[in-house]
Amino acid sequence: MPDADHRIYLLAGAALFAIGFYSLLAQAHLLRRIMSLNVMGGGVFLVFIALAARTPGVIPDPVPQAMVLTGIVVSVCATGLALALADRVQAATGSVELEDDEEAGDRPVPRPDPSADRKDTHSA
Amino acid sequence: MTAAWAIASLILLPLAASALAFAFPRRGRWLALATALTTGVAVVHLTRHVITAGVQVHRAGGWGAPLGIDLRADGLGVLMLLVTSLIGLAVSLYAQSYFTAHEPDRPRETGGSGRESDPSAGEKSRSRLASAAANRPGREAEALHRERYFWPLFLFLWTALNALFLSSDVFNLYVTLELVGFAAVVLVALAGTRAAVTAAMRYLFVSFSASLFYLLGVALVYGQSATMDLPSLAATSRPGPTLFVALALMTVGLIAKAALFPLHFWLPPAHANAPAPVSALLSALVVKGSFYILLRLWFEAFPALLTPAVAQLFGLLGAAAILWGSLNALFQTRLKLLIAYSTVAQLGYLFLLFPLAAAREGGFAAWSGGLIFLGAHACAKTAMFLTAGNILHAAGHDRIEDLDGMTHVLPVSVFALGLSGMSLIGLPPSSGFAGKWLLLGAAIAQGQWWWVAVILVGSLLAAAYVVRLLAHAFTRVGEPGMPNPIPPVMEGTALALALLAVAMGFASHWLAELVRVGAPVAGAMLGGGATP
Repeated sequence: MPDADHRIYLLAGAALFAIGFYSLLAQAHLLRRIMSLNVMGGGVFLVFIALAARTPGVIPDPVPQAMVLTGIVVSVCATGLALALADRVQAATGSVELEDDEEAGDRPVPRPDPSADRKDTHSA
Repeated sequence: MTAAWAIASLILLPLAASALAFAFPRRGRWLALATALTTGVAVVHLTRHVITAGVQVHRAGGWGAPLGIDLRADGLGVLMLLVTSLIGLAVSLYAQSYFTAHEPDRPRETGGSGRESDPSAGEKSRSRLASAAANRPGREAEALHRERYFWPLFLFLWTALNALFLSSDVFNLYVTLELVGFAAVVLVALAGTRAAVTAAMRYLFVSFSASLFYLLGVALVYGQSATMDLPSLAATSRPGPTLFVALALMTVGLIAKAALFPLHFWLPPAHANAPAPVSALLSALVVKGSFYILLRLWFEAFPALLTPAVAQLFGLLGAAAILWGSLNALFQTRLKLLIAYSTVAQLGYLFLLFPLAAAREGGFAAWSGGLIFLGAHACAKTAMFLTAGNILHAAGHDRIEDLDGMTHVLPVSVFALGLSGMSLIGLPPSSGFAGKWLLLGAAIAQGQWWWVAVILVGSLLAAAYVVRLLAHAFTRVGEPGMPNPIPPVMEGTALALALLAVAMGFASHWLAELVRVGAPVAGAMLGGGATP
């Protein structure tokens, strides 16, 4: 039977995960969505740690802690990659939000049109 | 070469090549070819070991399962490794010329660089970049920039995929899945266009949140079973609500990554906007990685939880994917989007494996059929995306309406398109036919006639969208516009893969015997000479 403390952390972890996921769906700003991913990750790590310490009075299981360390490394890399990409999105579209009309992916996306190239050649 | 060496080199060689390609960008193309050859040798050795001596296990560092990392190679894993090597080799060859040749909307009068397929192409472009301002140096520099990052990322993706297919514990699978995701996202963004970076960003959100769903499931599984090793999980886990929730979380994450309907929405823009060799890698290999983990989880680690209801649900989603993907493919106006929606549909067939292989009767026929189908789709879809790259390069666009007369201009590529389309539809004697035939046979033997109907309707729809393409390609026009020249290796690679997709049908019996090694599903191939 797990003790109350451990269950609080389990529930908190699950709640963080849910909050993070909700805001990933609800927010539009790229930075907020990247932070949402991190909140989700924090929730998962908390669940891991809570499960490691669920038997009171015993040294916590080190294996989940090792997994959390690995998970944090992965999460830091993911965040770095996401920030770099968000920067590229802003440079390419001038917006910090993803455009909605491409959501379905059905709309044909024209390649950069040749007229822009012609302009290039004239100026060169 | 011992099996342990083969296993280790399958991960270490591409990893070393990736690091070297990053440090020495000009050597990237040769490093990729060297990797293709050396890992090719390793995977052939490993296959022979697995066929003759059964499942091979390598304990990394000699630690052993509960504490250390075990690498395992069984029939299923080796099949995935073989497919990865094959697609890896094809993409290595194709991309030798792709980046230096690929200037889709280049006005003809600048001429030149499209014909380069010799090793010094990079040098030439570089010198031209220095000398001729009229040659739009920005574009050439951009192509070089893309190629510079393509090779290390491609080799890193290769490393991650090989590691994924050799992993045998659920946490290691998480790490390798993330590595695959990192490489895949950046490769999509490599095209650099507005559409590509947007698609990459969306792909990143889906991919990473899906991984976290999977990881939460891993935490709960470990909390229940105190082990992460797949074979031990099968022995120690007691089916219960917690385990079911854990598995449900992992499954939702993996379904999103495998782009199974209704979580497929991110795939078409991501796959269609990436450079052609990247689209091929994503459709042929990356989505299959998540499907592979689903197979491992449901059939190997937790077979007790794969109830008929769960299996039917997987099949239902697969059927919806087949119909939705095919219908969308039929109405696309761009070739690459059509191929991407076709991937959504073809992934659906893989999920029919769940209801059909979980049944007692004819389970192995469905298992081997689904896996042959997986290999068939990997080859055919790579060939199609590479062909689309050729057409995009030659014509400067991939609007299906304007492909008229393409067969006079690019006969080899159109032939490749037709052959790979044949495998997608499932016409005999292609490997797509062999896979579908086994799935159909299992469905009939088990009396699950509704899947028979789905497979047949899906094949008809596939025939419709392939024929629509070919009809445009074969339409005679008065004076087909002269296209940009295409390096022969780009057409040759696409054709070779398309031929392979067809020829693999003749090897289906061998493939079925390969995936029998360590398979969680037992039984004969279909009785009564039903095997093609």
